[in-house]
Amino acid sequence: MRRRSPVFLARRAYRLRRLRDAARLLPLAGAFLLLLPILWEPAGGAARETAWDGVYLFVIWGLLIGAAAWLARGLVAGEDSDDDIAADTAIEAMSDSPPDSPTDGPAGGLAGGGR
Amino acid sequence: MPFNLLVLACLSYAILLFAIAFAAERNMQAGAARWLRSPLVYTLSLSIYCTAWTFYGAVGYAARSGLEFATIYLGPTLVFVGWWWILRKLVRIGRRQRVTSIADMISSRYGKSNLLGVIVTVMCVVAATPYIALQLQSVTLSFGVFATAGTYGWALPDTNSTALWVAVGLALFTILFGTRNLDANEQHTGIVTAIAVEAVVKLVALLAVGIYVVWVLADGPVDIFERINASALADWELIPSRWTGLIALSAAAVLCLPRMFQVLVVECSDERNLATASWAFPLYLAAMSIFVVPIAVVGLQMLPAGANPDLFVLTLPLSQGQGGLAMLAFLGGFSSATSMVIVASIALSTMVSNHIVMPLWLSLRPTREVTGDVRRLVLHARRFSIAGVLGLGYLYYSLSGGSAALAAIGLISFVGVAQMLPAMLGAIFWRGATRVGASAGLCIGFAVWAYTLFLPSFGPGGVYSLSMFMEGPFGIGWLRPQALFGVAGMDPLIHALFWSLSLNTVAFAIGSLVSFPTPVERVQGLAFVNVFDTERTEPLAWETGQVETEELLKLAQRILGDEQALTFFEHAAAEQGTGGYLPDPTPEFLDALERKLAGAVGAAAAHAMIAELAGRARVTVADLMRVADETAQIMEYSGRLEAQRAEMERTARQLREANEKLTQLSIQKDAFLSQISHELRTPMTSIRAFSEILMEGDVPPEVASGQARIIHEEAIRLTRLLDDLLDLSVLENGTVQLDLRLASLNELIDRALRSAAQVRPERVFTIWRDLPSEALFLRTDPDRLSQVFINLVSNSRKYCDAARPELRINVKQRGARVIVDFIDNGSGIPKDKQQIIFEKFARLSDQTRAGGAGLGLAICREIMANLGGTIAYLPAQGGAAFRVTLPLRLEKHPFADAA
Repeated sequence: MRRRSPVFLARRAYRLRRLRDAARLLPLAGAFLLLLPILWEPAGGAARETAWDGVYLFVIWGLLIGAAAWLARGLVAGEDSDDDIAADTAIEAMSDSPPDSPTDGPAGGLAGGGR
Repeated sequence: MPFNLLVLACLSYAILLFAIAFAAERNMQAGAARWLRSPLVYTLSLSIYCTAWTFYGAVGYAARSGLEFATIYLGPTLVFVGWWWILRKLVRIGRRQRVTSIADMISSRYGKSNLLGVIVTVMCVVAATPYIALQLQSVTLSFGVFATAGTYGWALPDTNSTALWVAVGLALFTILFGTRNLDANEQHTGIVTAIAVEAVVKLVALLAVGIYVVWVLADGPVDIFERINASALADWELIPSRWTGLIALSAAAVLCLPRMFQVLVVECSDERNLATASWAFPLYLAAMSIFVVPIAVVGLQMLPAGANPDLFVLTLPLSQGQGGLAMLAFLGGFSSATSMVIVASIALSTMVSNHIVMPLWLSLRPTREVTGDVRRLVLHARRFSIAGVLGLGYLYYSLSGGSAALAAIGLISFVGVAQMLPAMLGAIFWRGATRVGASAGLCIGFAVWAYTLFLPSFGPGGVYSLSMFMEGPFGIGWLRPQALFGVAGMDPLIHALFWSLSLNTVAFAIGSLVSFPTPVERVQGLAFVNVFDTERTEPLAWETGQVETEELLKLAQRILGDEQALTFFEHAAAEQGTGGYLPDPTPEFLDALERKLAGAVGAAAAHAMIAELAGRARVTVADLMRVADETAQIMEYSGRLEAQRAEMERTARQLREANEKLTQLSIQKDAFLSQISHELRTPMTSIRAFSEILMEGDVPPEVASGQARIIHEEAIRLTRLLDDLLDLSVLENGTVQLDLRLASLNELIDRALRSAAQVRPERVFTIWRDLPSEALFLRTDPDRLSQVFINLVSNSRKYCDAARPELRINVKQRGARVIVDFIDNGSGIPKDKQQIIFEKFARLSDQTRAGGAGLGLAICREIMANLGGTIAYLPAQGGAAFRVTLPLRLEKHPFADAA
């Protein structure tokens, strides 16, 4: 039972890291999508479909806003529990050494000496 | 619509804003309004990005260049959506270093160099001037629309005088609310709230016009769709360089514009607000631009061919007879212009006063002592700068004739401020960036901007002659302002952006690579770039022990104001574990004080001031080794030893102090015991003597009654002495019965002054009081409290040694606590005695044995503890000064829980 909870917490810390990566990638994706209209060549020299271009821009705009709102919620929650995560990673590091082999960790050695 | 009705609407709108700003400041002071610092208000205040340029100009821009107008909002959208990269770091640095402006940030990062502060300030002022002129122009134009539509009431006024009046009105508003006090963090709650309200007004106004256009003038979205594709606007051409360049430009501008920096970083009260703004601000921008194209298209179709598209928002409803809607749109435009001008002038005036006026003053004044009221100087400097900035804007407006299209002026300004981007990004991401590099980049970028964009904006025959445009200076073709190095065929704006930013970045990089940073620069570079890692390991920059804390307190009082400075010193002292108002000048304390002062006068000036008092900054080779990471561990270890040594020294000093105090107390106790025996003995002797005479019998009755009276008086004196002792022991045990009721502070002080007048009645005292501030009703034990007051006033009467004695009584209310200061103009209490005056039996000298056994202040202290308050000696007030702090409403006995 003891080993399960660090795994669960580590997963949370991992998720938070990826959430931050996503927050960093979002503006790059946005820039790509907003620069995309440069490449649209009106077929056969016809006029641009300005209305459709506008719709495209506002749809991208809306998607960016939505994604940012979704990320912001997770990021703020992550900021608040930053200390927990520092503790989690410590637990994670400790649990890397198998707790049931008595000779491995310093704690096990001490316990053996006590007996 | 009658023109004077319009003026009336503007005036009443301005008065409404006044009221909102005023109410917000009042609420904030009472600590009651948490929502004022909410993410919503923060996001709305960011909307000063949308100026009158957006409000009117975007439609005109769309009518001329189609969807290109959106680039101006797409750039900021990307920056905010990507807040995790830059904005988060900027805000954290801004809060940690108490940055007051973008100039302050750049100067602080590059070694607190004032030269850089001056460069950035000048650049910002020059770049903001056209922008302010643009706002004045748009308000003037919109006035003009109404005046020509129905000219009764006033005739069309001279546009120049309209612009002048608007400028004067804005200057007044900004001075009133932007420079009321020197806030430690430069935060202006009142103004931010007023601006949030203006943000709502302009959004509502633009949406209302948009909805009217789409659903009333046209037949809904589908119809609009067809109209767009059928209109001339559909033929716009997407120029890739402009599309990319403008998105990048607006992204840079939202980071670098002084006014954006002000609301984004300086006024940010909670970092979490930024997370909300990361999506809410782009949402606001999208809402502001969603109806721009429909309004432009319908305007082009319905209005006569010559109509100015920049004013469609206004003229379209007006042409349909929708006076109310037009009025709303007008107020929206008015809001956009005013909010931008207010914030921009606050931001610029802070820079001018902190980076130009303060350093000048510091270097010009004759002595190293900081004298006079610095706060007043700074506030005056800000007021004059605000007026100056608006004056410049007006000057530009009247010189340029206000003819160019709105959007063009705005973009010129954008390119100007974008020159700060390399230095700013370098400041927060590259530890190798140096002051030399930053100044070289800024100067070159600024020069290229002025040469290729700003000066040509006055048109052929303005600053440049036509031949200069066509053939270049002295006929050198590759120096043509709009085709530098032979790069012709580029849009002039993109051309200027490209060359200025490229040369700027190159100069910045080369300058940084070849120069060597000063120690302060390296320390600051570490603090900025690693702001998220170095939370606890700030390099120590000050040496201990060379500075008198009292000197520092004097300095701080002149800059922060008495109250703030005392509170700050009190907290610091409490944190160090010593009481009173004078903490030890540890490096940590000096560092904190420097940052606190930097919040008011900027980093460079604060550093210079403390350096003068504390000696040079101790950024030694040792610190640099730590910065350089090379032998980090060794240095860490010796650093820890150093810290331990300092800690032990401090402890030893505290122990010595405690020991001294104990010794003194013991001496005093002995002295008191002998004195009290003496005091008891004298009346006893006379009582015994006279009673023996009386016992012998044959005394004439009149003599007998005289002797009996002496016996009686001596007995009373004895009783009083014993009463005092008893009183003290009762108070100390906390078993005293308090008689709590409501009492007027004013009457209590009156009573105290009256009673104390019997002490040395021959001395004439001048009493300074502020009666309105005393109009407070306290729930307390009035008799006990007035005992304290009487004691303090009589002490002052007894011991104040000035030739013309004065006593000042200040009353202040801080939340649920009341502070009463008694300050006289005597020589005060020497520093070594300040510690013991509240101890029992303490008496400073025997010079005036005006009665009492040295119990008065000890009783006062115990009474105040019983009343849930404190009494303390205030140092550095120019005389003996005592501060009594007590709760406004004492609910129950403070010791009741303990008992």
